Amino acid sequence: MSTKKPARKTAAKAVKRAKAAKPAKAVKAVKAASKPARKPAARPLQKAAARGPGIEAVRSVNELMAYAYALEIEASERYAEFAEVMETHNNLEVAELFRKLARIEHKHAEQILEEMHWTSPPKPPSTGYRWESPEGPETGDVTDLHYLMQPYHALQIALHNEKRAEKFFAGLVKKASAASVRKAAIEFTEEEAEHVRLVEEWLARTPKPAKDWAHDPDPPAYHD
Amino acid sequence: MSAAQAAAAAKPARTAADFKSDYKPIWCPGCGDYSVLSSFTKAFALCELEPEKVAVVSGIGCSSRIPAYTSCYGFHGVHGRSLAAATGLKLARPDLTVVVASGDGDGYSIGGNHFLHACRRNADLTYVVMDNHVYGMTKGQPSPTTEPDWDSKLSPGGTGLRSFNPLVIALAAGANFVARAFAGDPNGTAEILAEAIRTPGFSFVEIMSPCITFRPEQREWKSHVRPAPVKATDDPALAARRLMTDDGYNIGVLYKGDRAPYQPPMGKGPKTPVDLEKGFAI
Repeated sequence: MSTKKPARKTAAKAVKRAKAAKPAKAVKAVKAASKPARKPAARPLQKAAARGPGIEAVRSVNELMAYAYALEIEASERYAEFAEVMETHNNLEVAELFRKLARIEHKHAEQILEEMHWTSPPKPPSTGYRWESPEGPETGDVTDLHYLMQPYHALQIALHNEKRAEKFFAGLVKKASAASVRKAAIEFTEEEAEHVRLVEEWLARTPKPAKDWAHDPDPPAYHD
Repeated sequence: MSAAQAAAAAKPARTAADFKSDYKPIWCPGCGDYSVLSSFTKAFALCELEPEKVAVVSGIGCSSRIPAYTSCYGFHGVHGRSLAAATGLKLARPDLTVVVASGDGDGYSIGGNHFLHACRRNADLTYVVMDNHVYGMTKGQPSPTTEPDWDSKLSPGGTGLRSFNPLVIALAAGANFVARAFAGDPNGTAEILAEAIRTPGFSFVEIMSPCITFRPEQREWKSHVRPAPVKATDDPALAARRLMTDDGYNIGVLYKGDRAPYQPPMGKGPKTPVDLEKGFAI
């Protein structure tokens, strides 16, 4: 019986080269180096709507709004976590930006409560639909953080998340079986598209990081 | 309905936030353990537990910081000995839900022997190992699950040693519940943890938790993991065969048995500390 795990083996030399390279190039090289050695047998988690029915299962505006609320709250909580991480690592400028993003997302969630005349957060909808990615369509990825990251990077994360949210609602417009759900999804799509535009403008006003932004003269990791 | 039942029914349901402490985690930005902490608290809420009825026990390492970040009882113990402490606690206080947190170094190397015998003993514990294939806290040495060809300054050319296969070993040693989870899927991981907690006996959950400081290539795990294409089995031989041939990226509950949890022989009933001290009297 073989105990080999080809997919998890690293291409050591490529990773070594990647570590020595500039950040963007490094990420690309590391990605190439860590590709699985054989084709995955099933759909990756990122694309698998594996734990329940698809988004077409959302049949009422109430359900849609409950999902939208969950999406905003999850995003807000994650940005707040990001802010705490940055505070712990004394990157206060980026921490403040993440706090701001958390407040914005929380405000969106509150607007949903207000619009629906809900006095308390809705219970999770009963359709059993799960996000098509492991987390909500607007929730930031924990592994995207870097202790030396700058506001520009934080806004790039925000832009990526807003685009994902827009795509989520646009997908619902295509798949929704109920006309009322489709109509509400169109409104959400437009709203998220507006958020994308706002973050893009914000990003344009924000200084771009220097090429060696991740250079640390006293790094936490040993490098060859 | 009794008064106690009525009081319990009137209590608002706990949320994940109720299980978080005021201490802010000190892990590297991007560490998978942040998400595992979130899965812990979500799982406790899913199981409708009370913080004072849960004990989180750990050893040493990045992952072993977890008890301090929860509002439950915690024990940050000796390197590799978390399972020994947790077993004693569970047997002395069977009313507590005992969850043990460890990493691949603490759990499979220093605590490797305890791991085998905890599986064999099958006390009602949930053992969570945050596996990142490296000793992170001590700056990146290879651990038992590190790939043989992982090249670094501390292991030039790689160790050349075969990786430890903890899930298969847990099955062979008698664990009653075996699952693999991924930190990048905190909601799915919370559900797996909740199922592990609810399953009597020794439940073992290996969580792939990236260490992007020392293993930046682990960022790509999120592109490779997938739900296991098969349902959990109650046949350990079948589960072992599947695990020996999978590529390490199938996540979900992989084995669920029905062995009765270990209960110590009760003898003449519990002794007081004074009675115990008599045994050591000279």
